[in-house]
Amino acid sequence: MSRIELDVRRMLCPMPVIRTQEKVEQLQVGDTLTVYCSDPGAIHDIPAWCRVNGHQVLDIQQKDEEITIRLRVGEE
Amino acid sequence: MSEPRKAVALVSGGLDSLLAAKVILDQGIHVEGINFYTGFCVEGHTHAIRKKDKARPKRNNALWVAEQLGIKLHIIDIIEEYKDVVINPKHGYGANLNPCLDCKVFMVQKARQWIEKKGFDFIITGEVVGQRPMSQRKDTLPVIARESGADELLVRPLCAKNLNPTRPELEGWVDRDRLYGFEGRTRKPQMALAASFGFEDYAQPAGGCCFLTDRQYSHKLADLWKARGERRYELDDIMLLKVGRHIRPRPNFKLIIGREEGENRFLQGYRKQYTHMLTTSHPGPLVLIDGEASQDDLDLAARITARFSQGREADTVDIEVHTLDGASQSLQVQPMTGEAIPRDWYL
Repeated sequence: MSRIELDVRRMLCPMPVIRTQEKVEQLQVGDTLTVYCSDPGAIHDIPAWCRVNGHQVLDIQQKDEEITIRLRVGEE
Repeated sequence: MSEPRKAVALVSGGLDSLLAAKVILDQGIHVEGINFYTGFCVEGHTHAIRKKDKARPKRNNALWVAEQLGIKLHIIDIIEEYKDVVINPKHGYGANLNPCLDCKVFMVQKARQWIEKKGFDFIITGEVVGQRPMSQRKDTLPVIARESGADELLVRPLCAKNLNPTRPELEGWVDRDRLYGFEGRTRKPQMALAASFGFEDYAQPAGGCCFLTDRQYSHKLADLWKARGERRYELDDIMLLKVGRHIRPRPNFKLIIGREEGENRFLQGYRKQYTHMLTTSHPGPLVLIDGEASQDDLDLAARITARFSQGREADTVDIEVHTLDGASQSLQVQPMTGEAIPRDWYL
């Protein structure tokens, strides 16, 4: 299982979601993706996108203006 | 048992697309949503910038719709390809720089390409005959089907009974009797249908979901094209048109003035791309200078910047200017009075 990182800081929603989606399309089921973002909207949008598309959010951390979301790629 | 037919729904996040997808889902069709991001969408990033908006719920309405329906949603970046739609609309603009008909043709065309690639059977939209003055008229709905290439594979569940049957209806994939015949600008039938499905709290954007329908935004975009002498834009340009106060004192440059803390923070991200200035003697905005500015232009910009700082009533305000070559200079200026700034400088 791969552990991949994606930096979408300074991007505004929905771009963090779009970039996450594009990255996930390249990954395998079970891979872990860590997304670094700064738009507060990503806290809601990336987990919502994961829920509707069958991926699992492992944890969300927020420190000052920076948000880190870790997710596991689910079945297509 | 045969595989269920598969449809892709264009999901804007509004009520009509929610209902259209629901009507088809309820017929046992496998539905997935597709949402296009043009760069001009009102929701999304706009709520992230201004501090005063921080308390608002930061919901992406298209994702909310997908969750309500229990369907997958694919959000597609069409920023680059969409430029040609905005710059050269075959069918022209609406009241502002909104190329609604070309936009709809383009999006349905993209959806058609998507279903071909993914092996889906047809496309759903939430269009209603007579709902919009440009793109949702009795005479323009067929234009969208024809020019997008979707033709008989484009189903409008909310107004299907006012239109000729499509292939999914003729083939029996979809039961035409369970589609609707909504028409006109009234929203009451949609609201009643939403209530019957138990949908509440759906998005009802007052001015549509696209900045290009906004008069002031379109004015700023037209000004940008005029100042550059050509009709082109980058994503950063159209983002910055949504932020701050824009003042053009001379044809060769304009000021983008942060109106509050959230906007100032957002503009800080552009400091390496623009000459910028800030007040040092008093609290004040961060100001980007867009264009080629001479020393005389910078002096004028500094006086305007001082006007929008808390030193507006002071005799002098200190300004720090950072130019793109990495140099900086300090200016001490008399703030311009509000009356001295002509109305037509404001974009």
